[in-house]
Amino acid sequence: MSVDTIIFAEGKPRLARGVRLRHSEAQGGWVLLAPERIFECDAVAAEVLKRCTGEASFGQIVDDLATIYDAPREQIAGDVEALLASLAEKRLVEVSDA
Amino acid sequence: MLDPGPLLPPPSGLLAELTHRCPLGCPYCSNPLALEPKSVELDTLAWVRVMHEASALGVLHVHLSGGEPAARRDLEEIVRAASGAGLYTNLITSGIGLTPVRLDALKEAGLDHIQISVQDAEQGSADRIAGYAGAFRRKQKLAADVVARCFPLTVNAVIHRANIGRVADIVELALEMGAGRIEIAHAQYYGWALKNRAALMPSRAQVEVAVAEVERLRAVHRGRIVIDSVAPDYHARYPKPCMGGWGRRSLNVTPAGRALPCHAAESIPGLDFWSVAEHSLEDIWRHSPAFNAFRGEAWMREPCRSCERRGQDFGGCRCQAFLLTGDARAADPVCHLSPNHERVAALAAVGEDEPYLHRA
Repeated sequence: MSVDTIIFAEGKPRLARGVRLRHSEAQGGWVLLAPERIFECDAVAAEVLKRCTGEASFGQIVDDLATIYDAPREQIAGDVEALLASLAEKRLVEVSDA
Repeated sequence: MLDPGPLLPPPSGLLAELTHRCPLGCPYCSNPLALEPKSVELDTLAWVRVMHEASALGVLHVHLSGGEPAARRDLEEIVRAASGAGLYTNLITSGIGLTPVRLDALKEAGLDHIQISVQDAEQGSADRIAGYAGAFRRKQKLAADVVARCFPLTVNAVIHRANIGRVADIVELALEMGAGRIEIAHAQYYGWALKNRAALMPSRAQVEVAVAEVERLRAVHRGRIVIDSVAPDYHARYPKPCMGGWGRRSLNVTPAGRALPCHAAESIPGLDFWSVAEHSLEDIWRHSPAFNAFRGEAWMREPCRSCERRGQDFGGCRCQAFLLTGDARAADPVCHLSPNHERVAALAAVGEDEPYLHRA
């Protein structure tokens, strides 16, 4: 579950225990909720986090988003990794080893 | 500012004080000195309605607190309503009064997170602070039951004179308990803590060591446990941005249903608090005179009014300003720019090993 494991394309990210992604009309968008913490998500972050269910691998998520956004895979991979690494350090996301 | 208009952002947090009843008697309890009795507590239906109104208003987190919320037999039903309304539900408990059976029911009701208080890393001291023999062991047992049910766990430790030397041990204890997060909360002096201030107040030297220790522990435990801290503000240079600003982010509902901008707000005389029994939460958020009393900057006096930090710390804490200066509009005297700052410095220097007055 260390940050390092994210670099493996097979790692399967999921929201950590006690973390929830929800849409709030009144708050104007997607928010990631953890104990005593709220992270406002932009549209792209929300798309990444919706896919962090522990089922799709990092590689599959990147493929999926590269298709949807019609963007270079490398660039998407970098963005997704940066987002997940920062959330993993805050214990909001976990990445399984395989 | 009678009507803050359509631009007022919604609150994100609701502190639901379900009851003031509690088996513990911690000398720093944030409940008011005049505790509300069971006979005036809101009933189940009222809390269910409050949860739905909160969600519609934009609230994201609800903190089910007290007192000891498990003292209410309908806790599970209230959790179910809050969770059903889409709220992130956090149970703040002493750990006394919850059983494995009740934990199962809470899990089933959709509870998201549990926070258990610990008084110290040392059993004898912990039970002495709580005023309850056996509390320490029961909390350990409950933590194991909580973790076994896959609830994420936060440990909250209020730090003061009697335990400030054991911050590292308390973090270690939280790790052993299986917590993913710990709050190192230096005592804030309101309510019972104000009453016990001299017995709770650590020295400046102790505070400096403890603050540095938390920084060190954060680095040591990065990725294992999140360490959040509440600063010892009597020893600070600038005041805390109390509640993220008055009536800006959250609201508090007392056991009897009065809606407050913070748990200590009733210590300020002359404020008109509305009840959830008579007004919707949205009506209260927008129009309650108590919520509008210190919104914006028009209420500020100097040195806050022209201070470049006024949008950052909002002049500090209104309750503390009143409690220490007699004027709720004054600068929080914790601020070194306050003309009353010397009095705080003097109070911060007073620490005596006198017996606690335990809360009732």
